[in-house]
Amino acid sequence: MDWSQSLRLIAPEETLSVAGLILLLVAAWAGDKAARAISIAAVAALVAAMALVAPALCNGAMGPETAAFGGQMRADAFASFAKLLIYGSAAVALVVAPSFFDRVRAMRAEYPVLVLFAAVGTGMMVSAGDFLTLYIGLEMNSLASYVLAAFLRSDDRSAEAGLKYFVLGALASGILLFGISLTYGFTGTTSFAGVHAALGGGLNTGMVFGIVFVLAGIAFKIAAVPFHMWTPDVYEGAPTPVTLFFATAPKVGAMGMLMRVAIVAFGSAAGAWQQIVIFAAVASIVIGALGAIGQRNIKRLLAYSSINNVGFILIGLAIATPQGSAAMLTYLAIYVAMTVGSFVVVLALRDHNGAPVEDLADMAGLSTTNRLLAWVMLVLMFSLAGVPPMFGFWGKFVVFQAAVDAGFMPLATIGIAASVIGAFYYLKVVKVMFFDEPAGKVGRESELVHSALLIGTSLFLSPLGYLLTKWLGGLTGHAAAALYHFA
Amino acid sequence: MIGVEHYVVVSSILFVLGVLGIFLNRKNVIIILMAIELILLAVNLNLVAFSSFLGDLTGQIFAMFVLTVAAGEAAVGLAILVIYFRGRGTIAVDDVNRMKG
Repeated sequence: MDWSQSLRLIAPEETLSVAGLILLLVAAWAGDKAARAISIAAVAALVAAMALVAPALCNGAMGPETAAFGGQMRADAFASFAKLLIYGSAAVALVVAPSFFDRVRAMRAEYPVLVLFAAVGTGMMVSAGDFLTLYIGLEMNSLASYVLAAFLRSDDRSAEAGLKYFVLGALASGILLFGISLTYGFTGTTSFAGVHAALGGGLNTGMVFGIVFVLAGIAFKIAAVPFHMWTPDVYEGAPTPVTLFFATAPKVGAMGMLMRVAIVAFGSAAGAWQQIVIFAAVASIVIGALGAIGQRNIKRLLAYSSINNVGFILIGLAIATPQGSAAMLTYLAIYVAMTVGSFVVVLALRDHNGAPVEDLADMAGLSTTNRLLAWVMLVLMFSLAGVPPMFGFWGKFVVFQAAVDAGFMPLATIGIAASVIGAFYYLKVVKVMFFDEPAGKVGRESELVHSALLIGTSLFLSPLGYLLTKWLGGLTGHAAAALYHFA
Repeated sequence: MIGVEHYVVVSSILFVLGVLGIFLNRKNVIIILMAIELILLAVNLNLVAFSSFLGDLTGQIFAMFVLTVAAGEAAVGLAILVIYFRGRGTIAVDDVNRMKG
Protein backbone atom coordinates (compact mmCIF):
# COMPACT_ATOMS: atom_id res chain seq x y z
CA MET A 1 0.00 0.00 0.00
CA ASP A 2 1.70 3.20 -1.09
CA TRP A 3 1.38 6.65 0.38
CA SER A 4 -0.74 8.19 -2.39
CA GLN A 5 -3.22 5.32 -2.21
CA SER A 6 -3.56 5.93 1.55
CA LEU A 7 -4.11 9.63 0.98
CA ARG A 8 -6.81 8.83 -1.57
CA LEU A 9 -8.60 6.55 0.92
CA ILE A 10 -8.88 9.29 3.55
CA ALA A 11 -10.11 11.92 1.05
CA PRO A 12 -13.29 12.71 3.07
CA GLU A 13 -11.25 13.48 6.20
CA GLU A 14 -8.85 15.62 4.19
CA THR A 15 -11.69 17.56 2.59
CA LEU A 16 -13.29 18.27 5.95
CA SER A 17 -10.11 19.17 7.82
CA VAL A 18 -8.83 21.48 5.07
CA ALA A 19 -12.28 23.10 4.85
CA GLY A 20 -12.31 23.44 8.66
CA LEU A 21 -8.89 25.10 8.75
CA ILE A 22 -9.71 27.53 5.93
CA LEU A 23 -13.04 28.43 7.51
CA LEU A 24 -11.30 28.95 10.85
CA LEU A 25 -9.04 31.54 9.19
CA VAL A 26 -12.04 33.16 7.51
CA ALA A 27 -13.78 33.25 10.90
CA ALA A 28 -10.73 34.89 12.47
CA TRP A 29 -10.46 37.57 9.76
CA ALA A 30 -14.08 38.29 8.90
CA GLY A 31 -15.60 37.83 12.36
CA ASP A 32 -19.17 36.95 13.29
CA LYS A 33 -20.84 38.75 10.38
CA ALA A 34 -19.49 35.97 8.13
CA ALA A 35 -21.12 33.29 10.33
CA ARG A 36 -23.88 32.53 7.83
CA ALA A 37 -21.53 32.27 4.85
CA ILE A 38 -19.20 30.01 6.86
CA SER A 39 -22.17 27.80 7.79
CA ILE A 40 -23.11 27.43 4.12
CA ALA A 41 -19.51 26.59 3.17
CA ALA A 42 -19.32 24.04 6.01
CA VAL A 43 -22.54 22.35 4.84
CA ALA A 44 -21.09 22.24 1.31
CA ALA A 45 -17.90 20.59 2.65
CA LEU A 46 -19.98 18.00 4.51
CA VAL A 47 -22.03 17.22 1.39
CA ALA A 48 -18.80 16.87 -0.62
CA ALA A 49 -17.43 14.48 2.01
CA MET A 50 -20.67 12.46 1.83
CA ALA A 51 -20.27 12.22 -1.95
CA LEU A 52 -16.70 10.97 -1.40
CA VAL A 53 -17.67 8.22 1.06
CA ALA A 54 -20.77 6.99 -0.78
CA PRO A 55 -18.97 4.92 -3.49
CA ALA A 56 -17.21 2.72 -0.89
CA LEU A 57 -20.59 1.82 0.59
CA CYS A 58 -22.26 1.08 -2.75
CA ASN A 59 -19.33 -1.11 -3.90
CA GLY A 60 -19.25 -2.89 -0.55
CA ALA A 61 -15.52 -2.08 -0.17
CA MET A 62 -13.69 -4.40 2.23
CA GLY A 63 -10.41 -6.21 2.69
CA PRO A 64 -6.77 -5.11 2.49
CA GLU A 65 -7.28 -2.46 -0.21
CA THR A 66 -9.37 -0.38 2.23
CA ALA A 67 -6.59 -0.17 4.85
CA ALA A 68 -4.77 3.16 4.79
CA PHE A 69 -1.42 3.94 6.47
CA GLY A 70 -0.61 0.37 7.41
CA GLY A 71 -4.05 -0.38 8.83
CA GLN A 72 -4.32 2.77 10.99
CA MET A 73 -7.47 3.78 9.12
CA ARG A 74 -10.02 1.64 7.31
CA ALA A 75 -12.16 3.18 4.57
CA ASP A 76 -14.51 0.21 4.15
CA ALA A 77 -18.27 -0.03 3.60
CA PHE A 78 -18.93 -0.10 7.35
CA ALA A 79 -17.08 3.17 7.95
CA SER A 80 -18.81 4.71 4.92
CA PHE A 81 -22.29 3.82 6.19
CA ALA A 82 -21.58 5.38 9.59
CA LYS A 83 -19.90 8.42 8.03
CA LEU A 84 -22.91 9.12 5.81
CA LEU A 85 -25.09 9.26 8.92
CA ILE A 86 -22.51 11.36 10.82
CA TYR A 87 -21.87 13.94 8.10
CA GLY A 88 -25.57 14.12 7.29
CA SER A 89 -26.59 14.85 10.86
CA ALA A 90 -23.74 17.35 11.28
CA ALA A 91 -25.08 19.16 8.19
CA VAL A 92 -28.58 19.25 9.73
CA ALA A 93 -27.11 20.63 12.98
CA LEU A 94 -25.57 23.45 10.91
CA VAL A 95 -28.68 24.16 8.86
CA VAL A 96 -30.99 24.60 11.86
CA ALA A 97 -28.51 26.60 13.96
CA PRO A 98 -28.64 30.19 12.56
CA SER A 99 -32.32 30.80 13.31
CA PHE A 100 -31.86 29.47 16.87
CA PHE A 101 -28.73 31.45 17.70
CA ASP A 102 -29.87 34.64 15.96
CA ARG A 103 -32.70 35.06 18.45
CA VAL A 104 -30.23 35.22 21.35
CA ARG A 105 -27.69 37.10 19.20
CA ALA A 106 -25.14 34.33 19.66
CA MET A 107 -24.58 33.14 16.08
CA ARG A 108 -20.81 33.17 16.14
CA ALA A 109 -18.48 32.13 13.36
CA GLU A 110 -16.80 29.36 15.33
CA TYR A 111 -19.95 27.23 15.56
CA PRO A 112 -19.72 25.74 12.04
CA VAL A 113 -15.95 25.28 12.42
CA LEU A 114 -16.36 23.36 15.68
CA VAL A 115 -19.09 21.17 14.17
CA LEU A 116 -16.80 20.41 11.20
CA PHE A 117 -13.91 19.37 13.47
CA ALA A 118 -16.23 17.27 15.61
CA ALA A 119 -17.51 15.57 12.43
CA VAL A 120 -13.93 14.80 11.28
CA GLY A 121 -13.14 13.27 14.68
CA THR A 122 -16.35 11.25 14.71
CA GLY A 123 -15.59 9.95 11.22
CA MET A 124 -12.11 8.91 12.36
CA MET A 125 -13.61 6.97 15.27
CA VAL A 126 -15.61 4.72 12.96
CA SER A 127 -12.80 4.13 10.48
CA ALA A 128 -10.06 3.52 13.07
CA GLY A 129 -8.10 0.30 12.63
CA ASP A 130 -5.83 0.94 15.60
CA PHE A 131 -6.34 2.16 19.16
CA LEU A 132 -4.12 5.16 18.48
CA THR A 133 -6.35 6.44 15.62
CA LEU A 134 -9.41 5.65 17.70
CA TYR A 135 -8.13 7.76 20.60
CA ILE A 136 -7.20 10.72 18.40
CA GLY A 137 -10.59 10.63 16.65
CA LEU A 138 -12.41 10.38 19.96
CA GLU A 139 -10.56 13.34 21.47
CA MET A 140 -10.99 15.45 18.34
CA ASN A 141 -14.72 14.89 18.61
CA SER A 142 -14.82 15.36 22.40
CA LEU A 143 -12.79 18.56 22.64
CA ALA A 144 -15.00 20.23 20.02
CA SER A 145 -18.14 18.89 21.72
CA TYR A 146 -17.21 20.24 25.18
CA VAL A 147 -16.96 23.72 23.68
CA LEU A 148 -20.20 23.30 21.72
CA ALA A 149 -22.11 22.28 24.88
CA ALA A 150 -21.03 25.53 26.58
CA PHE A 151 -21.63 27.58 23.43
CA LEU A 152 -24.20 29.96 24.94
CA ARG A 153 -21.58 31.53 27.20
CA SER A 154 -23.97 33.82 29.06
CA ASP A 155 -26.52 31.07 29.79
CA ASP A 156 -26.03 29.35 33.17
CA ARG A 157 -27.46 26.04 32.03
CA SER A 158 -25.26 25.90 28.93
CA ALA A 159 -22.08 26.58 30.93
CA GLU A 160 -23.07 23.96 33.48
CA ALA A 161 -23.78 21.44 30.70
CA GLY A 162 -20.34 22.14 29.24
CA LEU A 163 -18.67 21.66 32.63
CA LYS A 164 -20.49 18.39 33.34
CA TYR A 165 -19.86 17.06 29.85
CA PHE A 166 -16.18 17.98 30.13
CA VAL A 167 -15.58 16.33 33.52
CA LEU A 168 -17.42 13.09 32.70
CA GLY A 169 -16.11 12.97 29.12
CA ALA A 170 -12.52 13.39 30.33
CA LEU A 171 -13.07 10.67 32.93
CA ALA A 172 -14.45 8.39 30.20
CA SER A 173 -11.43 8.98 27.95
CA GLY A 174 -9.19 8.30 30.98
CA ILE A 175 -10.89 4.96 31.63
CA LEU A 176 -10.76 4.07 27.93
CA LEU A 177 -7.07 4.97 27.76
CA PHE A 178 -6.25 2.91 30.84
CA GLY A 179 -7.96 -0.04 29.16
CA ILE A 180 -6.01 0.59 25.97
CA SER A 181 -2.72 0.70 27.90
CA LEU A 182 -3.51 -2.65 29.57
CA THR A 183 -4.57 -4.19 26.24
CA TYR A 184 -1.33 -2.94 24.69
CA GLY A 185 0.75 -4.29 27.56
CA PHE A 186 -0.76 -7.76 27.54
CA THR A 187 -1.12 -8.24 23.78
CA GLY A 188 1.97 -6.29 22.64
CA THR A 189 0.16 -4.33 19.92
CA THR A 190 -2.39 -1.57 19.46
CA SER A 191 -3.72 -2.60 16.03
CA PHE A 192 -7.18 -4.19 16.04
CA ALA A 193 -6.08 -7.10 13.85
CA GLY A 194 -3.03 -7.73 16.11
CA VAL A 195 -5.15 -7.64 19.27
CA HIS A 196 -7.62 -10.03 17.61
CA ALA A 197 -4.83 -12.51 16.91
CA ALA A 198 -3.31 -12.16 20.39
CA LEU A 199 -6.62 -12.64 22.22
CA GLY A 200 -7.31 -15.77 20.15
CA GLY A 201 -4.46 -17.49 22.03
CA GLY A 202 -6.32 -17.35 25.37
CA LEU A 203 -7.16 -14.69 27.94
CA ASN A 204 -5.33 -13.64 31.10
CA THR A 205 -6.47 -11.33 33.88
CA GLY A 206 -4.72 -8.29 32.44
CA MET A 207 -6.49 -8.73 29.09
CA VAL A 208 -9.88 -9.08 30.79
CA PHE A 209 -9.25 -5.86 32.73
CA GLY A 210 -8.23 -4.15 29.50
CA ILE A 211 -11.42 -5.27 27.72
CA VAL A 212 -13.63 -4.19 30.63
CA PHE A 213 -12.02 -0.73 30.91
CA VAL A 214 -12.20 -0.10 27.16
CA LEU A 215 -15.88 -1.10 27.05
CA ALA A 216 -16.67 1.02 30.14
CA GLY A 217 -15.04 4.04 28.52
CA ILE A 218 -17.03 3.58 25.31
CA ALA A 219 -20.25 2.96 27.28
CA PHE A 220 -19.84 6.51 28.68
CA LYS A 221 -19.68 7.89 25.16
CA ILE A 222 -22.81 6.06 23.92
CA ALA A 223 -24.59 6.86 27.22
CA ALA A 224 -25.40 3.26 28.09
CA VAL A 225 -26.50 2.42 31.65
CA PRO A 226 -24.68 2.46 34.15
CA PHE A 227 -22.72 5.35 32.57
CA HIS A 228 -25.71 7.41 31.43
CA MET A 229 -26.12 9.95 34.23
CA TRP A 230 -24.58 12.88 32.33
CA THR A 231 -26.97 12.58 29.37
CA PRO A 232 -30.16 14.29 30.63
CA ASP A 233 -28.25 17.25 32.11
CA VAL A 234 -26.10 17.80 29.02
CA TYR A 235 -29.04 17.42 26.62
CA GLU A 236 -31.14 19.87 28.63
CA GLY A 237 -28.42 22.46 29.14
CA ALA A 238 -26.79 22.50 25.72
CA PRO A 239 -28.32 24.77 23.03
CA THR A 240 -30.92 22.76 21.10
CA PRO A 241 -29.04 22.58 17.73
CA VAL A 242 -26.03 21.27 19.68
CA THR A 243 -28.22 18.74 21.47
CA LEU A 244 -29.47 17.59 18.06
CA PHE A 245 -25.84 17.11 17.07
CA PHE A 246 -24.91 15.25 20.31
CA ALA A 247 -27.85 12.89 19.99
CA THR A 248 -26.95 11.90 16.43
CA ALA A 249 -23.37 12.21 15.10
CA PRO A 250 -21.23 11.36 18.18
CA LYS A 251 -23.73 8.65 19.11
CA VAL A 252 -23.39 6.97 15.70
CA GLY A 253 -19.61 7.47 15.89
CA ALA A 254 -19.28 5.93 19.34
CA MET A 255 -21.60 3.08 18.41
CA GLY A 256 -19.60 2.37 15.23
CA MET A 257 -16.38 2.52 17.24
CA LEU A 258 -17.86 0.12 19.82
CA MET A 259 -18.85 -2.33 17.05
CA ARG A 260 -15.39 -2.15 15.48
CA VAL A 261 -13.61 -2.62 18.83
CA ALA A 262 -15.89 -5.39 20.10
CA ILE A 263 -16.10 -7.39 16.89
CA VAL A 264 -12.72 -6.80 15.26
CA ALA A 265 -10.31 -6.20 18.18
CA PHE A 266 -12.02 -8.25 20.90
CA GLY A 267 -13.95 -10.55 18.56
CA SER A 268 -11.88 -13.61 19.40
CA ALA A 269 -12.80 -13.21 23.08
CA ALA A 270 -16.54 -12.60 22.58
CA GLY A 271 -17.38 -14.64 25.68
CA ALA A 272 -15.57 -12.06 27.82
CA TRP A 273 -17.72 -9.10 26.78
CA GLN A 274 -21.09 -10.54 25.70
CA GLN A 275 -22.39 -10.68 29.29
CA ILE A 276 -21.39 -7.06 29.87
CA VAL A 277 -23.12 -5.89 26.69
CA ILE A 278 -26.27 -7.88 27.50
CA PHE A 279 -26.38 -6.26 30.96
CA ALA A 280 -25.84 -2.78 29.51
CA ALA A 281 -28.53 -3.38 26.85
CA VAL A 282 -31.23 -4.56 29.26
CA ALA A 283 -30.37 -1.94 31.90
CA SER A 284 -30.40 0.87 29.30
CA ILE A 285 -33.79 -0.19 27.94
CA VAL A 286 -35.35 -0.40 31.42
CA ILE A 287 -33.73 2.72 32.97
CA GLY A 288 -34.34 4.71 29.78
CA ALA A 289 -38.03 3.80 29.87
CA LEU A 290 -38.54 4.32 33.63
CA GLY A 291 -36.46 7.49 33.88
CA ALA A 292 -38.46 9.24 31.17
CA ILE A 293 -41.81 8.79 32.89
CA GLY A 294 -41.47 11.63 35.40
CA GLN A 295 -39.82 14.15 33.07
CA ARG A 296 -41.44 17.53 32.37
CA ASN A 297 -38.76 18.95 30.07
CA ILE A 298 -39.03 17.67 26.50
CA LYS A 299 -35.24 17.67 25.99
CA ARG A 300 -34.70 15.58 29.13
CA LEU A 301 -37.42 13.22 27.93
CA LEU A 302 -35.65 12.82 24.59
CA ALA A 303 -32.37 12.19 26.47
CA TYR A 304 -33.94 9.24 28.28
CA SER A 305 -35.46 8.14 25.00
CA SER A 306 -31.96 8.05 23.47
CA ILE A 307 -30.68 5.94 26.41
CA ASN A 308 -33.60 3.58 25.77
CA ASN A 309 -32.78 3.35 22.05
CA VAL A 310 -29.09 2.68 22.75
CA GLY A 311 -30.25 -0.37 24.74
CA PHE A 312 -32.11 -1.75 21.71
CA ILE A 313 -29.10 -1.13 19.46
CA LEU A 314 -26.81 -2.94 21.95
CA ILE A 315 -28.97 -6.09 21.65
CA GLY A 316 -27.64 -6.39 18.09
CA LEU A 317 -24.07 -6.21 19.41
CA ALA A 318 -24.64 -8.70 22.24
CA ILE A 319 -25.46 -11.50 19.80
CA ALA A 320 -22.19 -10.84 17.88
CA THR A 321 -23.33 -12.05 14.44
CA PRO A 322 -23.18 -10.27 11.04
CA GLN A 323 -26.99 -10.26 11.02
CA GLY A 324 -26.98 -8.54 14.40
CA SER A 325 -24.54 -5.88 13.17
CA ALA A 326 -26.62 -5.25 10.04
CA ALA A 327 -29.68 -4.87 12.28
CA MET A 328 -27.80 -2.38 14.49
CA LEU A 329 -26.94 -0.27 11.45
CA THR A 330 -30.55 -0.33 10.22
CA TYR A 331 -31.72 0.73 13.67
CA LEU A 332 -29.06 3.48 13.80
CA ALA A 333 -30.19 4.93 10.46
CA ILE A 334 -33.83 5.01 11.60
CA TYR A 335 -32.79 6.32 15.05
CA VAL A 336 -30.93 9.23 13.44
CA ALA A 337 -34.02 10.18 11.40
CA MET A 338 -36.26 9.97 14.49
CA THR A 339 -33.85 12.02 16.63
CA VAL A 340 -33.36 14.70 13.98
CA GLY A 341 -37.14 14.96 13.61
CA SER A 342 -37.80 15.19 17.36
CA PHE A 343 -35.20 17.88 17.97
CA VAL A 344 -36.39 19.92 14.98
CA VAL A 345 -39.86 19.81 16.59
CA VAL A 346 -38.27 21.10 19.82
CA LEU A 347 -36.58 23.86 17.82
CA ALA A 348 -39.85 24.77 16.13
CA LEU A 349 -41.72 24.98 19.45
CA ARG A 350 -41.65 28.69 20.24
CA ASP A 351 -44.02 30.94 22.10
CA HIS A 352 -45.54 34.12 20.65
CA ASN A 353 -42.41 36.13 21.48
CA GLY A 354 -40.11 33.58 19.85
CA ALA A 355 -38.71 32.22 23.13
CA PRO A 356 -38.15 28.45 23.16
CA VAL A 357 -40.84 26.25 24.73
CA GLU A 358 -39.35 23.19 26.42
CA ASP A 359 -41.97 22.31 29.02
CA LEU A 360 -44.16 19.33 28.18
CA ALA A 361 -47.19 21.00 29.81
CA ASP A 362 -46.90 23.97 27.43
CA MET A 363 -47.39 21.62 24.48
CA ALA A 364 -50.96 20.87 25.63
CA GLY A 365 -53.51 21.07 22.84
CA LEU A 366 -50.86 21.58 20.20
CA SER A 367 -53.09 19.84 17.65
CA THR A 368 -55.47 22.81 17.66
CA THR A 369 -52.84 25.57 17.62
CA ASN A 370 -50.15 24.13 15.33
CA ARG A 371 -51.48 21.23 13.31
CA LEU A 372 -48.29 20.37 11.35
CA LEU A 373 -46.08 20.17 14.44
CA ALA A 374 -48.58 18.04 16.34
CA TRP A 375 -49.00 15.49 13.52
CA VAL A 376 -45.26 15.26 12.87
CA MET A 377 -44.65 14.73 16.58
CA LEU A 378 -47.33 12.01 16.52
CA VAL A 379 -45.47 10.18 13.73
CA LEU A 380 -42.16 10.59 15.59
CA MET A 381 -43.51 9.40 18.95
CA PHE A 382 -45.27 6.36 17.43
CA SER A 383 -42.09 5.62 15.53
CA LEU A 384 -39.89 5.89 18.64
CA ALA A 385 -42.30 3.67 20.53
CA GLY A 386 -42.13 1.12 17.69
CA VAL A 387 -45.85 1.07 16.89
CA PRO A 388 -46.22 -1.05 13.72
CA PRO A 389 -47.43 1.16 10.88
CA MET A 390 -44.49 3.53 11.46
CA PHE A 391 -40.98 2.83 10.21
CA GLY A 392 -39.52 2.87 13.75
CA PHE A 393 -41.08 -0.57 14.16
CA TRP A 394 -38.82 -1.94 11.42
CA GLY A 395 -35.64 -1.07 13.38
CA LYS A 396 -36.86 -2.91 16.47
CA PHE A 397 -38.14 -5.79 14.32
CA VAL A 398 -34.79 -6.50 12.61
CA VAL A 399 -32.90 -6.29 15.93
CA PHE A 400 -35.26 -8.74 17.65
CA GLN A 401 -35.29 -11.02 14.62
CA ALA A 402 -31.49 -11.18 14.70
CA ALA A 403 -31.59 -11.95 18.44
CA VAL A 404 -34.14 -14.74 17.98
CA ASP A 405 -32.22 -16.21 15.01
CA ALA A 406 -29.06 -16.31 17.14
CA GLY A 407 -30.92 -18.14 19.93
CA PHE A 408 -31.12 -15.22 22.38
CA MET A 409 -34.82 -15.69 23.16
CA PRO A 410 -34.77 -14.34 26.77
CA LEU A 411 -32.97 -11.16 25.66
CA ALA A 412 -35.52 -10.55 22.89
CA THR A 413 -38.41 -11.21 25.29
CA ILE A 414 -37.11 -8.76 27.90
CA GLY A 415 -36.53 -6.18 25.16
CA ILE A 416 -40.05 -6.47 23.77
CA ALA A 417 -41.59 -6.36 27.26
CA ALA A 418 -39.58 -3.25 28.17
CA SER A 419 -40.50 -1.49 24.93
CA VAL A 420 -44.10 -1.60 26.16
CA ILE A 421 -43.06 0.39 29.27
CA GLY A 422 -41.34 2.85 26.95
CA ALA A 423 -44.50 3.23 24.87
CA PHE A 424 -46.21 4.75 27.94
CA TYR A 425 -44.35 8.06 27.91
CA TYR A 426 -44.26 8.39 24.14
CA LEU A 427 -48.04 8.01 24.10
CA LYS A 428 -48.28 10.46 27.00
CA VAL A 429 -46.74 13.13 24.77
CA VAL A 430 -49.34 12.35 22.09
CA LYS A 431 -52.13 12.50 24.69
CA VAL A 432 -50.91 15.89 25.95
CA MET A 433 -50.82 17.27 22.41
CA PHE A 434 -54.15 15.95 21.19
CA PHE A 435 -56.48 15.52 24.17
CA ASP A 436 -55.46 18.11 26.77
CA GLU A 437 -56.98 21.57 27.14
CA PRO A 438 -54.95 23.90 24.83
CA ALA A 439 -52.33 25.88 26.76
CA GLY A 440 -52.04 28.34 23.88
CA LYS A 441 -48.35 28.91 24.54
CA VAL A 442 -46.94 27.79 21.20
CA GLY A 443 -46.97 30.31 18.37
CA ARG A 444 -48.02 29.61 14.80
CA GLU A 445 -45.13 30.91 12.75
CA SER A 446 -42.93 28.30 11.14
CA GLU A 447 -39.66 28.35 9.26
CA LEU A 448 -39.08 26.88 5.84
CA VAL A 449 -36.00 24.87 6.93
CA HIS A 450 -37.86 23.33 9.88
CA SER A 451 -40.91 22.45 7.80
CA ALA A 452 -38.79 20.85 5.06
CA LEU A 453 -36.83 18.75 7.58
CA LEU A 454 -39.99 17.77 9.45
CA ILE A 455 -41.83 16.70 6.30
CA GLY A 456 -38.75 14.80 5.07
CA THR A 457 -38.23 12.84 8.31
CA SER A 458 -41.92 12.12 8.80
CA LEU A 459 -42.24 10.79 5.23
CA PHE A 460 -39.23 8.53 5.88
CA LEU A 461 -40.71 7.33 9.18
CA SER A 462 -44.26 6.94 7.86
CA PRO A 463 -45.35 3.59 6.39
CA LEU A 464 -43.79 4.82 3.10
CA GLY A 465 -40.43 4.02 4.71
CA TYR A 466 -41.09 0.31 4.17
CA LEU A 467 -40.46 0.86 0.45
CA LEU A 468 -36.80 1.42 1.46
CA THR A 469 -36.34 -1.76 3.50
CA LYS A 470 -34.77 -3.72 0.64
CA TRP A 471 -32.35 -0.92 -0.25
CA LEU A 472 -31.48 -0.25 3.41
CA GLY A 473 -31.05 -3.99 4.01
CA GLY A 474 -28.62 -4.22 1.06
CA LEU A 475 -26.50 -1.32 2.33
CA THR A 476 -26.37 -2.54 5.93
CA GLY A 477 -25.55 -6.03 4.63
CA HIS A 478 -22.54 -4.62 2.74
CA ALA A 479 -21.45 -2.68 5.82
CA ALA A 480 -21.78 -5.63 8.21
CA ALA A 481 -19.91 -7.91 5.78
CA ALA A 482 -17.06 -5.37 5.64
CA LEU A 483 -16.98 -5.19 9.45
CA TYR A 484 -16.59 -8.97 9.72
CA HIS A 485 -13.99 -9.15 6.95
CA PHE A 486 -10.74 -8.31 8.75
CA ALA A 487 -7.62 -9.21 6.88
CA MET B 1 15.02 -5.78 40.70
CA ILE B 2 12.08 -3.63 39.64
CA GLY B 3 9.97 -5.37 37.02
CA VAL B 4 7.05 -4.24 34.86
CA GLU B 5 4.55 -5.40 37.50
CA HIS B 6 5.79 -2.71 39.92
CA TYR B 7 5.08 -0.06 37.32
CA VAL B 8 1.60 -1.47 36.68
CA VAL B 9 0.84 -1.45 40.42
CA VAL B 10 1.99 2.16 40.81
CA SER B 11 0.03 3.31 37.76
CA SER B 12 -3.08 1.45 38.95
CA ILE B 13 -2.82 3.19 42.32
CA LEU B 14 -2.47 6.57 40.57
CA PHE B 15 -5.46 5.76 38.35
CA VAL B 16 -7.66 4.84 41.32
CA LEU B 17 -6.55 7.99 43.17
CA GLY B 18 -7.54 10.04 40.13
CA VAL B 19 -10.98 8.44 39.87
CA LEU B 20 -11.55 8.87 43.63
CA GLY B 21 -10.41 12.48 43.30
CA ILE B 22 -13.24 13.09 40.83
CA PHE B 23 -15.96 11.38 42.84
CA LEU B 24 -15.07 12.09 46.49
CA ASN B 25 -14.09 15.73 46.09
CA ARG B 26 -16.95 18.07 47.06
CA LYS B 27 -14.99 21.28 47.16
CA ASN B 28 -13.52 22.58 43.98
CA VAL B 29 -13.70 21.91 40.25
CA ILE B 30 -9.97 22.69 39.90
CA ILE B 31 -9.25 19.56 41.95
CA ILE B 32 -11.27 17.56 39.40
CA LEU B 33 -9.03 18.93 36.63
CA MET B 34 -5.97 17.84 38.62
CA ALA B 35 -7.50 14.39 39.13
CA ILE B 36 -8.04 14.06 35.35
CA GLU B 37 -4.37 14.90 34.78
CA LEU B 38 -3.42 12.26 37.35
CA ILE B 39 -5.43 9.63 35.43
CA LEU B 40 -3.73 10.55 32.16
CA LEU B 41 -0.29 10.42 33.82
CA ALA B 42 -1.08 6.96 35.21
CA VAL B 43 -1.90 5.84 31.68
CA ASN B 44 1.35 7.33 30.35
CA LEU B 45 3.39 5.55 33.00
CA ASN B 46 1.70 2.31 32.02
CA LEU B 47 2.32 2.86 28.31
CA VAL B 48 5.99 3.73 28.72
CA ALA B 49 6.64 0.86 31.14
CA PHE B 50 5.00 -1.66 28.80
CA SER B 51 6.82 -0.16 25.83
CA SER B 52 10.19 -0.60 27.51
CA PHE B 53 9.28 -4.08 28.76
CA LEU B 54 8.07 -5.24 25.32
CA GLY B 55 10.93 -3.55 23.46
CA ASP B 56 8.31 -1.94 21.18
CA LEU B 57 8.14 1.78 20.37
CA THR B 58 4.36 2.02 19.88
CA GLY B 59 3.72 2.66 23.58
CA GLN B 60 6.10 5.62 23.72
CA ILE B 61 4.58 7.16 20.59
CA PHE B 62 1.15 6.67 22.13
CA ALA B 63 2.36 8.42 25.30
CA MET B 64 3.43 11.44 23.22
CA PHE B 65 -0.05 11.66 21.70
CA VAL B 66 -1.65 11.37 25.14
CA LEU B 67 0.56 14.19 26.47
CA THR B 68 -0.47 16.45 23.59
CA VAL B 69 -4.16 15.73 23.95
CA ALA B 70 -3.94 16.17 27.75
CA ALA B 71 -2.62 19.69 27.22
CA GLY B 72 -5.50 20.50 24.86
CA GLU B 73 -7.99 18.97 27.26
CA ALA B 74 -6.70 21.04 30.19
CA ALA B 75 -6.96 24.21 28.08
CA VAL B 76 -10.56 23.49 27.06
CA GLY B 77 -11.48 22.50 30.62
CA LEU B 78 -10.08 25.68 32.14
CA ALA B 79 -11.80 27.80 29.47
CA ILE B 80 -15.17 26.21 30.27
CA LEU B 81 -14.48 26.70 33.97
CA VAL B 82 -13.80 30.40 33.39
CA ILE B 83 -17.13 31.01 31.62
CA TYR B 84 -18.87 28.97 34.31
CA PHE B 85 -17.28 31.11 37.04
CA ARG B 86 -18.25 34.31 35.23
CA GLY B 87 -21.89 33.28 35.21
CA ARG B 88 -22.17 31.83 38.70
CA GLY B 89 -19.39 33.37 40.77
CA THR B 90 -18.44 30.02 42.32
CA ILE B 91 -16.63 26.85 41.32
CA ALA B 92 -17.68 24.67 44.27
CA VAL B 93 -18.74 21.21 43.09
CA ASP B 94 -21.87 21.21 45.26
CA ASP B 95 -23.16 24.31 43.47
CA VAL B 96 -23.15 22.65 40.04
CA ASN B 97 -26.82 21.77 40.40
CA ARG B 98 -28.88 24.05 38.15
CA MET B 99 -30.28 20.95 36.41
CA LYS B 100 -31.62 17.92 38.27
CA GLY B 101 -33.95 14.98 37.80
